[in-house]
Amino acid sequence: MVAEHVDGKNMGPVVLYALSTCGWCAKTKDLLRELGVAFDYIFVDLLDGPEQNEAMDRVEKFNPSGSFPTLVIDNRKSIVGFREKEIREAFGT
Amino acid sequence: MNTAAVSESDVDRAYDILKKDAVEGGYCLNPDTEFVKNLVRGLLKNEQRYGYRACPCRLASGKKEEDLDIVCPCDYRDSDLEDHGACYCALYVDEAIADGNRDVAPVPERRPPRSQRGNVSQRAVQMVQAGPSSLSSLPFPVWRCRVCGYLCAREQPPGICPVCKAKKDRFERFI
Repeated sequence: MVAEHVDGKNMGPVVLYALSTCGWCAKTKDLLRELGVAFDYIFVDLLDGPEQNEAMDRVEKFNPSGSFPTLVIDNRKSIVGFREKEIREAFGT
Repeated sequence: MNTAAVSESDVDRAYDILKKDAVEGGYCLNPDTEFVKNLVRGLLKNEQRYGYRACPCRLASGKKEEDLDIVCPCDYRDSDLEDHGACYCALYVDEAIADGNRDVAPVPERRPPRSQRGNVSQRAVQMVQAGPSSLSSLPFPVWRCRVCGYLCAREQPPGICPVCKAKKDRFERFI
């Protein structure tokens, strides 16, 4: 699966599942950049069929509603939606 | 997939129409114009790649019959405006947010997840089969605008009557 990597401080695996057209996904991505955290993001709408299904299975594992943005931290914790306070807290800022 | 870029003039034109339609229908757009224009860009991109304006904040299937509920304005807009003051994308907001008296907060997803989603025509069939055997078992209450008589079947009356612009408090439960 093609993930775009953004360089920054290594806080363990941080993956943002997003849509290329979604306003809140863009805000979440901007916030992660502002926090200087290293992360990968995947625009699920740009994946083709099988890859998109695979990505959705993964999103739903962390967020059963399958909504975006879903931010997965360290393969265990997830933050659904642009929850600025929670995201800042997760990265200790 | 057609990936031709959506031009700024396309976005501006679509924004003007959306804004005019919103105002005429008694709805408010998010006061953050740049945010709204980004969503409009997403709507136009979806129109280009799917052939319909699917919600930019949800994953469309590309099959219109499966996505009818999320063609903007989506089936969930008015319930979300009622409960959260904003639609799922925060494209549409209530008056308090439009006037800058309250901030937008994340709106939880109301659309059923993939595994529980039939398509819209299946849902319609279920609704017809389930009733109505009498007026009291209609799937939605019917509201009447006391000013102009406009009727609508939905969970709550609209914020503003789309016909005569009377406020929500001028509606009465009709059925």
